Amino acid sequence: MSEAVLTVQGLTVRFALAGARHRVLQAVTDVSFSLPRGETLGIVGESGSGKSTIARALLRLVPASAGVARFKGINLLALEHEPLRRMREHLQIIFQDPLASLDPRMRVSQIIEEPLLEFRPRLDAQARRTVVLSTMERVGLLQSHLNRYPHEFSGGQAQRIGIARALVLEPELLVCDEPISALDVSIKSQIANLLKDLQRQLHLSVLFIAHDLAAVRFSCERVLVLYLGRVMEIAPRDALFSAPQHPYTRALLQSVPIPDPRRARARREAPLGGEIPSPLTPPSGCVFRTRCPIAEARCAEQVPALRVVGSSQVACHRAGEQELGR
Amino acid sequence: MSSAPLLQIGDLSVSYPSRAGTTRALDGVSLDLSPGEFLGIVGESGSGKTQLLLAMLGLNAQGAQLAGSISYRGQELVGAGQRVMAQVRGRRIGMIFQDPMTALNPYLTIGTQVTEGVRQHYGLGRKAAHRRAVELLEAVQIPEPERRLGQHPHELSGGMRQRIVIAMALICEPEILLADEPTTALDVTVQAQILALLRELRTRTRAAIVLVTHDLGVIAEVADRVLVMYAGRVVEQAGVEQLFASARHPYTLGLRRSIAELDGPLPERLPSIGGNPPNPAALPPGCAFAPRCAHAFERCLSMPPPLLSVAPGHARACYFEGAL
Repeated sequence: MSEAVLTVQGLTVRFALAGARHRVLQAVTDVSFSLPRGETLGIVGESGSGKSTIARALLRLVPASAGVARFKGINLLALEHEPLRRMREHLQIIFQDPLASLDPRMRVSQIIEEPLLEFRPRLDAQARRTVVLSTMERVGLLQSHLNRYPHEFSGGQAQRIGIARALVLEPELLVCDEPISALDVSIKSQIANLLKDLQRQLHLSVLFIAHDLAAVRFSCERVLVLYLGRVMEIAPRDALFSAPQHPYTRALLQSVPIPDPRRARARREAPLGGEIPSPLTPPSGCVFRTRCPIAEARCAEQVPALRVVGSSQVACHRAGEQELGR
Repeated sequence: MSSAPLLQIGDLSVSYPSRAGTTRALDGVSLDLSPGEFLGIVGESGSGKTQLLLAMLGLNAQGAQLAGSISYRGQELVGAGQRVMAQVRGRRIGMIFQDPMTALNPYLTIGTQVTEGVRQHYGLGRKAAHRRAVELLEAVQIPEPERRLGQHPHELSGGMRQRIVIAMALICEPEILLADEPTTALDVTVQAQILALLRELRTRTRAAIVLVTHDLGVIAEVADRVLVMYAGRVVEQAGVEQLFASARHPYTLGLRRSIAELDGPLPERLPSIGGNPPNPAALPPGCAFAPRCAHAFERCLSMPPPLLSVAPGHARACYFEGAL
């Protein structure tokens, strides 16, 4: 594994609830991971798992309550206003809803140029235009799109504009928050391919947040599985998909529809019951135990620590036991 | 399928005239639905799949012009008055919407909303309606139904809310259950639960289910027969195994190949369909898929291809004769 571009330790995010005395919502609890340079790390989980909150906390869009996030040797979570502003040049994000994240009153040229005005004040108009055009070409936009407005584009094209804006400063770290889930089926694979190409060409390090497990398998070298704000499992892609160690990872994989009617109907496992509990009242011990098919008494008492089983890191008391073999 | 169709749709078109020109949301769609059948309709945004469901309920937006026929047990629904439609809606045809939060009234308890339908349709007294509501919640596998009836929608999880919406669609024991992307807003583990519930309901109630989705994986899990829609037209229609084993329309095949999978060899690139879905207000004169199709030739650009049988129970709308 090459050197880590981002190392997160003990990230915790709590929100104090308005109106309620001492009521605290703990969205993310003690999350640690590292992202090697030039790799893509997938963060998967259901809604309410805290995956977007992790992204927002790293970008300082929501305040972290505890933890360290070291990027280029500097703790992002402790940066003051001005150094944080300068750091943003290297950290960019792509959002889920491309149209909602683009200013409807700005032309495509202005949207993509804006970061240059902020961070490359020495570039003149001609030089900015050159950078904007080469970035547009990279993401598959045409010169004829320069003077159009976001609403004139389909979802897939609008996402290309969002990607161009994120890449125009050549950031080191790109956070993709559900970058393809709002797109039409026939467009998803175009954008997934584009992101993979760009990641390789520009040696980007990417945090890829998604609930679509198949998209994560295609896009990511390593995967972190999150449940109710806690890490359940971190594993290299092939290990996670072929030999998942955590019962939640297994349940997630079994829940994904199989695009083959014979195999889909030959499946024997009943779907995982229940739903993710409220983060206001998380279960004691292991947060997954209320839905876990193999939970036992100690799971209600002790929070399982992340430990190495096979090539995964797993937070499960029972991981690695013989009879759990699939 | 031996039994007579429950619902027959013939050459149905829905268009929305405006000053800028007419938008044709649905163009010449025909289908038969048999009792107890699970029909999947797959398409992207703008394919007309939701318009088709709304037409069956007489709920297309104001200004919609319908042509063609929707015959429910011999009764014509196109042009039928509000009174007839109100009879059919809810009583004979139930509807499940995509977003359970917007389908439920946030101000009213679950009990009020569920029993309202029961009382309206059957004229039951309060106690009898309550008993029926409890049964319905049990039928959709909601634990502690008595307690749920006293709660408001925001107190329930997304999956629980969708079960309530399904329970409400079942109130009058409909013969046809329409479901518009019923699992799209749900998490994948909850989606699996709801799909299992729909399968179970179909077996238990013998209602025909029409499920609209953009997800071919969902189709593979539940449907018996599949309609693939593109730009307001049916481009392919087949039994589910036929469709997955031997799709004959380039669009269907493109969709299927572009699905990333959880196992098997990992492709270097995902096969994708180039271009973008068409603008329903400005469709080309020929096949609407032609601009994105690798096999398109001259003929495809002049006239949309008709839906023709290629095998028993399998039809497609495509001029290309070669191997796909």
